[in-house]
Amino acid sequence: MSRDGRLAVGLVQMDPALGDRARNLERHHQWVRQAGEAGVELLIFPELSLTGYFIKDLVAESAIPLDGDVMDELRGLSDELDVVLGAVIEEPDHRYFNASLYFSQGELVHVHRKVYLPTYGMFDERRYFAPGDRFRSFKTGFGRAGMLVCEDIWHLSSAYILSLEGVDMIICPSSSPGRGITTDERLGTAESYRLLCRTYAQFLTTFFLYCNRVGYEDGANFWGGSMVIGPNGDIIAQHEDADEALVVANIDLGDVRRERLANPLLRDERIELTINELRRAWHERTRKPF
Amino acid sequence: MSAPASLSEPVFPPLRINPELVRGILVGFIRNEVRKVGFERVVLGLSGGVDSSLVATLAAEALGPKNVVAFIMPYMTSDPKSKSDALQVVQQLGIRHLEIDISPQIDAYFARFPDADQKRRGNKMARERMSILYDQSWAWRALVIGTSNKTELLLGYGTIYGDMASAINPIGDLYKTQVWQLADALGVPTSIIQKAPSADLWAGQSDETELGYQYRMIDQLLYYLVERRYSVVELKQLGFDEAFIEEIVRRVRENQYKRRLPVIAKLSSRTIDRDFRYPRDWGH
Repeated sequence: MSRDGRLAVGLVQMDPALGDRARNLERHHQWVRQAGEAGVELLIFPELSLTGYFIKDLVAESAIPLDGDVMDELRGLSDELDVVLGAVIEEPDHRYFNASLYFSQGELVHVHRKVYLPTYGMFDERRYFAPGDRFRSFKTGFGRAGMLVCEDIWHLSSAYILSLEGVDMIICPSSSPGRGITTDERLGTAESYRLLCRTYAQFLTTFFLYCNRVGYEDGANFWGGSMVIGPNGDIIAQHEDADEALVVANIDLGDVRRERLANPLLRDERIELTINELRRAWHERTRKPF
Repeated sequence: MSAPASLSEPVFPPLRINPELVRGILVGFIRNEVRKVGFERVVLGLSGGVDSSLVATLAAEALGPKNVVAFIMPYMTSDPKSKSDALQVVQQLGIRHLEIDISPQIDAYFARFPDADQKRRGNKMARERMSILYDQSWAWRALVIGTSNKTELLLGYGTIYGDMASAINPIGDLYKTQVWQLADALGVPTSIIQKAPSADLWAGQSDETELGYQYRMIDQLLYYLVERRYSVVELKQLGFDEAFIEEIVRRVRENQYKRRLPVIAKLSSRTIDRDFRYPRDWGH
């Protein structure tokens, strides 16, 4: 990042091959090269970008441990620019996680294991994955960041917790299948995500980087619509079409400071009150005799 | 017989669609699901009805007209208008077509079973057409593209392993009244959209007569029942007739078997489709 807080972010709105990690890894190399030539400093891939989304029983064979040859190659993607990608992580105890990994300067900086695994309607993630157990922010060369994967952002507390850690940006890799046909211009899912992402950005006064995939898997379409939203809720860049694209946006992290001066929502947030009230609500819920 | 209210009457608002949005998704679906498994072409049975005309239109846009091979497969009792409507679609789209009269093969078979009733003969015709399409898909190195809409899939108004058989189906999540809207927006001839829907398995056959209700009423009920998950009690409160509700609910339930793979007797710990679960697009 240049010293004045300006940063070129890139969202890779790609169509991963389903269950073909080698081919997807090769494509990651291509996108990283292309983004590097475009001057991108932070590049974000969608959820499960190395494997595709509806992998079902392919989870085990698609998984990678946090050490080993594959991880060495993934780290190498970040020699020139920071990279966020999505993979299935296998822990030494053989639990599998739907994870987002942040790499910088050839090192793994942070792993977010998806906490909220949708298991309803068309989704069956909890059948295959173990849920993550934390929301944690981390320091990057571009300020403080937090990662949430797709369904995580449908739970308001996830982004709220990250905001209380003072994040400058929330990164959300996603594999959101499109559905909900009305007379509207956009799918119902696209409208919901737009509403969610803009709400988080504006009311948590943070940059919000949403990277969704495209393509089709077993008839389900992924609607793309990847977007970069500023801390005032404005959409800075968006690729609305459902085709492969590299979305590049030049953002100024100084906007976070300026927005929080104008709207000191984070300053005025009553964390202790929130904790106390949550604890009370929890006690009342668990105190019920049956 | 009253004309179906396909274009003349307002569509039930929750089932109104943005045709451009749907078109984009479905054209992409065909292109993606055909090409990624190594094909360029599709074959389909073109009946001259709105469903297959719409699928032909979407496929021609997705793959190019020369990569769509339409088979017009009349039986001797088929309405001649069906064939002329199909030919109009072929001409309008510039797609390839072949006509195969299935009468000889149907008649040869039923010469041994002269007492077979109309329904049995109709099902056999549907399966004869399926058999031709799958044979032709080999000859043309093509996928069979299906034309069953959501209404008929839910009601089981189709022949299992006949017209319900296909490799990919772009319109299986669109109700009949939505098929009409999309077909109209995509330029399917109005005469095709407005004629009474028919499987044309025998002269004068009509979907709505056989089903006993009009599609626009059925789709309204299915919307509340399937999309919104209203209970039977709630459906009655909405004002739907009790016998109508019961008939539709019964059809959806009793035809569930048609929408599933054959039932496999479970013996191992990894039985196909039960606990051996892989995506169809595995590796693509």
